[in-house]
Amino acid sequence: MATAIAKLPDQQAAALRRAYAQSVSAKRMKLLAALAVLAILIVISAQMADVRLGKLVANIGNFGSFISRTLPTITFDNFFGDIRAWYWNFGGWFRLLVETILIAYLGTLLGGVIAFCLCFFAAANLVRHKTTRFVARRVLEFCRTVPDIVFALIFVIAFGLGPMAGVLALTIHTAGALGKLFAEVVENIDMKPVEGLAATGASWLQTVRFAVLPQVSAGFASYGLLRFEINVRGAGVMGFVGAGGIGQEFLIAIRNFYYTDVSAILLMIIVTVILIDLGTEQIRHRLIGMERMR
Amino acid sequence: MTSVSTSLDAGRHAIRDAAIADLGGLRARHPAAFATSVGKRVLTIGILVAAVLLALGAMVWLDFSLVRIWNGLHRLGQFAVLMIPPMPEGRFEAFSIALGETLAIAFLGTLTAAILAFPVAFLAAKNVIPNIFVHFGMRRTFDVFRSVDTLIWALMWINVVGLGPFAGVLAIACADFGAFGKLFSEAIEATDNKAVEGIAASGGGKAHQVRFGLVPQVFPVIASQVLYFFESNTRSATIIGIVGAGGVGSYLTELIRVLELKQVAFLILMILVTVAIIDFVSSKLRMAVIGKSKMV
Repeated sequence: MATAIAKLPDQQAAALRRAYAQSVSAKRMKLLAALAVLAILIVISAQMADVRLGKLVANIGNFGSFISRTLPTITFDNFFGDIRAWYWNFGGWFRLLVETILIAYLGTLLGGVIAFCLCFFAAANLVRHKTTRFVARRVLEFCRTVPDIVFALIFVIAFGLGPMAGVLALTIHTAGALGKLFAEVVENIDMKPVEGLAATGASWLQTVRFAVLPQVSAGFASYGLLRFEINVRGAGVMGFVGAGGIGQEFLIAIRNFYYTDVSAILLMIIVTVILIDLGTEQIRHRLIGMERMR
Repeated sequence: MTSVSTSLDAGRHAIRDAAIADLGGLRARHPAAFATSVGKRVLTIGILVAAVLLALGAMVWLDFSLVRIWNGLHRLGQFAVLMIPPMPEGRFEAFSIALGETLAIAFLGTLTAAILAFPVAFLAAKNVIPNIFVHFGMRRTFDVFRSVDTLIWALMWINVVGLGPFAGVLAIACADFGAFGKLFSEAIEATDNKAVEGIAASGGGKAHQVRFGLVPQVFPVIASQVLYFFESNTRSATIIGIVGAGGVGSYLTELIRVLELKQVAFLILMILVTVAIIDFVSSKLRMAVIGKSKMV
């Protein structure tokens, strides 16, 4: 059923157009002003960051040739032999990869435990005492703002080279990051169970255990898993400063131009990270579903 | 005030004592409240035990030793003493310039990533491109970009443009391109389809539908995400100098290695203050952006 749509008379259309232009002109001016500010900021920071687009354009071919040089030569005739030559050190790299995942796991777990203990003191709805809350929040903020690799640099000197320094660095950073998120989860709970328990004469610890914990545990687990994902990436580069994991091997490969090693290790890292992402995503979806059902 | 709280406490204890005295009666009257589900409890305890066992195994694998921890803590205590008082020792100006460079890296990197990811994210959104091969392929491309750490990107770009902050900008742009692509395409998929249909009904083409139906809906979300990433990138830009890609990280590495801890402490304080300022400004801007969308 086709219906012809009547065309507006010219006069009316012009009036409409004018009204539209008027209503958007203020918005347009604002947008232009914002763009101008942005442009000025770009010019200033390009100056500071020493951006040389010419050099990028001239050398962009290097990136291509760098990538192509890292690719192994794999022939059809000698397929398995070539793969074996490419991954000549598979056993050693695999060990380091497991080490990387374990560093991330331990860092997440220990940091999560610290965050768990601190978050209840940082939540406004459970702690009335202002100083306690202030101290807890500042401690978490400090742990979170100093990047994990800076802690690793200091810990490598204090505790010696090796994965232990990496674990401790991740632990502190994780405690800060998770502590903040955990505290937000705690602040968003339903306060009725807390009031109910307080009315029965429960102590603070009992209130936290029976009124708060059942409400927050799924959220905590979900954030913990998300942090584990991030920490796997973080643990991958801990080796750059000598704090364990596969990073050291990668740094050696890229600094010494062992091209095919670079691609071999990088591919292993990418596959591991993507697999862990997919796995934790599945578990998190289930946790969120559990929370909704409750 | 104290008398009120003591009387409250007394009242509390009275209720609790009464309840505990009548525990048998309570148990008899409310059996459902006291019943514990065995399966759930076993599962919880099982997961906890497995987590702890795995942690212990990991500690053994990773060479944890109490002696080293004890000695390390002792040394950390010495470091803490050496850090006081934090002093720039004549390097305040150099630190400030390096911090400015760090901010410039974070700003340009985030902006480049956002500009590159914005058009590509539409290709990865199911409601714009229904073709499964296109959006699945784009998603996996984003995943690959995302799973490579900023520091690794920096190492690779150093090979192309040489040491310096420009490599840092490109590294942050690459790592965030993946993250932005994922977030943007999710934001696009979460939009309300009615606006798009309305424009299609009034005769708008595909480009019109995207420009007037989708972009106004996703712009505030995207702007707020970009600002949030700028915040977190100021943090990552402070460390990118560790591999030689510009910013304050190179000072940090060198000073820690030679144990100039007073300067290290001062530099960390400077970073904390800068990050706090950026957080403040960007949260104000984010409020402004999101508030505007609510008004429209």
